[in-house]
Amino acid sequence: MSAITRAEVAHLARLARLDLAEDELDHYAEQLDVILTSVARVSEVAADDIPPTSHPVPLVNVTRPDEARPGLPRADALAAAPAVEDDRFRVPRILEEEE
Amino acid sequence: MSAPIPYAEAVAEFEPVIGMEVHVELGTESKIFCGCPTAFGAPPNTQVCPVCLGLPGSMPVMNAMAIESTIRIGLALNCSIAEWCRMARKNYFYPDMPKDYQVSQYDEPLCVDGYLDVTVPTDDGPMVVRVGIERVHLEEDTGKLTHAGGATGRIHGADYSLVDYNRAGIPLVEIVTKPVTGTGALAPEVARAYVTELRDIMRGLGVSDVKMEEGSLRCDANVSLNLPGAEWGTRSETKNVNSLRSVERAVRSEIERQAGVLKSGGRVVQETRHFHEDTGVTTPGRSKEHAEDYRYFPEPDLVPIAPAREWVEELRRGLPEQPSVHRARLAQAWGIGDFEMATLVNAGVLELVEASVAAGVAPDAARKWWAGEFTRIANESGVEPASLAVTPADIARVEELIASGALNDKLARQVFEGVIAGEGTPDEVVAARGLAVVSDDGALLSAIDEALAAQPDVAEKIRGGKVQAAGAIVGAVMKATRGQADAGKVRELLLERLGVSDS
Amino acid sequence: MSTPLERDLIRQSAATLAEAIAEGEVSAREVTQAHLDRIAEVDGDVHAFLHVDAEGALATADAVDASRAAGDALGPLAGVPLALKDILAMKGVPTTCGSKILEGWRPPYDATVVERLRAAGIPILGKTNMDEFAMGSSTEHSAYGPTRNPWDLDRIPGGSGGGSAAAIASFEAPLAIGTDTGGSIRQPAAVTGTVGVKPTYGGVSRYGLVALASSLDQAGPCTRTVMDAALLHAVIGGHDPRDSTSIPDPMPDVVAAAARADVRGMRIGLVRELTGEGYQAGVEQRFREAVEILEHLGAEVVEVSCPHFEYALGAYYLILPSECSSNLARFDGMRYGLRVGDDGNASVEEVMSLTREAGFGPEVKRRIMLGTYALYSGYYDAYYGQAQKVRTLIQRDFEAAFAQCDVLVSPTAPTTAFRIGEKVDDPLAMYLNDVATIPVNMAGNCAMSLPVGLAPEDGLPVGLQVMAPPMADDRLYLVGGALEGALRDRWGHLLIEEVPSL
Repeated sequence: MSAITRAEVAHLARLARLDLAEDELDHYAEQLDVILTSVARVSEVAADDIPPTSHPVPLVNVTRPDEARPGLPRADALAAAPAVEDDRFRVPRILEEEE
Repeated sequence: MSAPIPYAEAVAEFEPVIGMEVHVELGTESKIFCGCPTAFGAPPNTQVCPVCLGLPGSMPVMNAMAIESTIRIGLALNCSIAEWCRMARKNYFYPDMPKDYQVSQYDEPLCVDGYLDVTVPTDDGPMVVRVGIERVHLEEDTGKLTHAGGATGRIHGADYSLVDYNRAGIPLVEIVTKPVTGTGALAPEVARAYVTELRDIMRGLGVSDVKMEEGSLRCDANVSLNLPGAEWGTRSETKNVNSLRSVERAVRSEIERQAGVLKSGGRVVQETRHFHEDTGVTTPGRSKEHAEDYRYFPEPDLVPIAPAREWVEELRRGLPEQPSVHRARLAQAWGIGDFEMATLVNAGVLELVEASVAAGVAPDAARKWWAGEFTRIANESGVEPASLAVTPADIARVEELIASGALNDKLARQVFEGVIAGEGTPDEVVAARGLAVVSDDGALLSAIDEALAAQPDVAEKIRGGKVQAAGAIVGAVMKATRGQADAGKVRELLLERLGVSDS
Repeated sequence: MSTPLERDLIRQSAATLAEAIAEGEVSAREVTQAHLDRIAEVDGDVHAFLHVDAEGALATADAVDASRAAGDALGPLAGVPLALKDILAMKGVPTTCGSKILEGWRPPYDATVVERLRAAGIPILGKTNMDEFAMGSSTEHSAYGPTRNPWDLDRIPGGSGGGSAAAIASFEAPLAIGTDTGGSIRQPAAVTGTVGVKPTYGGVSRYGLVALASSLDQAGPCTRTVMDAALLHAVIGGHDPRDSTSIPDPMPDVVAAAARADVRGMRIGLVRELTGEGYQAGVEQRFREAVEILEHLGAEVVEVSCPHFEYALGAYYLILPSECSSNLARFDGMRYGLRVGDDGNASVEEVMSLTREAGFGPEVKRRIMLGTYALYSGYYDAYYGQAQKVRTLIQRDFEAAFAQCDVLVSPTAPTTAFRIGEKVDDPLAMYLNDVATIPVNMAGNCAMSLPVGLAPEDGLPVGLQVMAPPMADDRLYLVGGALEGALRDRWGHLLIEEVPSL
């Protein structure tokens, strides 16, 4: 695991939709590197035969019956929206296509 | 840019490899992770709640029926069902996704490694192709975007967009095939036959209404070309293929395009393409060469799914008849052969015929209407026969009218024309258009008298025993009544009038 | 002659207040009003609250008084007011998570915890301050300014739930709800001389708790006494079908355990790895004294080793940022909250990026970046995958330890409250505050912090952490109740009564 570069930080920021300022890019490059160096110790202990734990409680098959219930009144659903038009959430223009 | 080359040339030189990714919206009562209803066409943002709007703090709870339906689909496609698997988060930002991640499945799909046999008609008779199924997994659908401003109503050039989250969280099953090779020139038909068969299976299972026009079955077609014996080429992924007919056309058009690119020494780009129903060609979308990193990880808000083996076996036992078996049974009951059956399937009218027969229409008549007249009308207007506004009950009623002599075949076509045009029920169309067979003896007799008076020499011949000359008079009467008379009845009355017998 | 109750309603325990309300000695409205007055009086200095809902709290209190007048049976905490961490959704009441990005957001729904509080007739005084999206150990990372420690207003009250702990320690509320992802209930409890419990993961519904790290988060009680924590734990705990990770089994009777308060015959394990280097001398001293008391009370104390705990912090700072980078993606300015840069020309991607840049503070951005990196496909196995394996190892360490002992103990935090500003720009130093509390979150166990004295060198509170296996939350209360009782006997009062008056 090599040191994290400024270019990588810029790429991560784009993926995470953070419009970081130039000085932030430098700052985070440095800090992430320090943190990652420190946390990288996890690879010292975890051998191949150790199963990963994604959920702390060993529950499986938690489901609900397929029954419809009314949701929110539309006014409540839209109440907090920064912009609304025709009962829909209005969002800025989309340049990138859907995946 | 190179021009596409004709299909026959393209498949003579290159071998296509196709792959299909089909998304099916499950027809559950409620959404995948919340109790919001799923009905199509509700006013915008009226079927939403904190969970499917992804409001801070809300949490998903898996719909039991979504799991069951996915497993049943997997079983119907001869897949193995995972003993233990997890949902995963697919992370990317997009305004139609309320959480900016999609809950989907990554490396632990519920169903893997199955197959589906499909039949395509060829000049040498029906051919069976086994399409391998890579995986069947469960995920959530996204909201619906409407693009506003700009000229086209499309994403490009729009000033802004509007989001309706009613669709967000509807359970979606993704079915991915393995690459299908060796189909040669038949690749487009195989693609169509696969989606048709898949749709029929979904209907048979009752897990989805699989309406392509409403988006409850959505299809992406992957196509690549290679020279015989060479490695597979770079593939394109065509989205937006919204009808069975388009599946075939999109694959065909993509083969022609890629062959053109390759022939001119170009390179096929790995990209998403969009199929346009109007022009029948695909246009480029997003390049996939710099693929987004989705940062998948197991969904911590949902616990693993571990379907009990006994339950899976119980679901397997409860599967309906496979469409192929079902078809064989129908063919026997209707007294038709493989070829006729394949024609019905390929035209996408089998279920319509079946429904019509169930409504009381004789099998031959049902086949005749659907494979003939209705398919013709549908093709002319570029729609699927199923979307024509004619019901099995309409057909049954028209057949009833024919049997009673109130309509003849020619009039029946006009009745259906009216029904399809939205003029009402068959009876309403008959009344409004005045289409009833003229059976009033008085009216017919006067028409006969007029015809006899107009052709006295013919009348004389008939009186003299030349019964075969009656055709000329019958024809004249039919013409005078604009086809609304029953020809048999006219003939009968005519002979009676002239005092001769038919034998 | 007035009773102690009449002299000072705000200094009573929740149990005492509940009984007085039930007996009709005082009305729920009087109790609630007394706390609202206290907030008005001291919160300018403490800044525990981000929003006070006087109207809503009094309406609940009046409903309790009306119920009582009608002869209805009251719940065990009916009428006793509570401070709610601003990370739980409460219908119609601002919920900010200490972030600018959610400023002004009023949820259209109640968290399950809030529903249960309402059903129990508990007036909710308002929403308490916290590190932004619960990321921090000092409450300095709140976008709305720091909360101050009532023991010394120049010091931090711990975090992320500094607001809830400070509200309790400054007698603004007898009850509070906190949330604990890596110690955010226990560490603030330790540095403010109060009691805080992180229930077993899945013991309290997370529905409506704005997620930081879904596999680690858990809401729990913040109080001044062990019994009050048990009473509140019983109100908010138990299965919830809206949280898939909620445990369906009945929860243990924590109230009975707090009442029994008995450690006789229990085996208590001292975790070797959670003492020594990095722990302040006065913290160690008070901890050792408390352990001796437990021995006196009839427990057997043994030393145990949990060798993988030293990797817990590293694994935690991979798992938490990974989950939080995904959980916080939804704050994109499209459906609620802040939107920045929507000038009609900017694209949706630009508006999302500008909004998130402006709406999130530095610690949140730091962790989102870290998590985005850790989940990146090229690094997944090296970071996130490995961290999940460490999690397994930590669980195994706990299992081995609990095979020998009923509970484990350690100091809750390595130091007493530090000064505001001291560590705010040094993330690694800040992260070390949670070194003793994180293993419990990683394994899904339960734990409690309770005060065990003041460190001699600085006169600030020290907390002892009790850890128990999953769904053995009652053991926390047996030990906590016994230790609290012994210390009260020794000092003649609770430690919190030594807090300087504001």
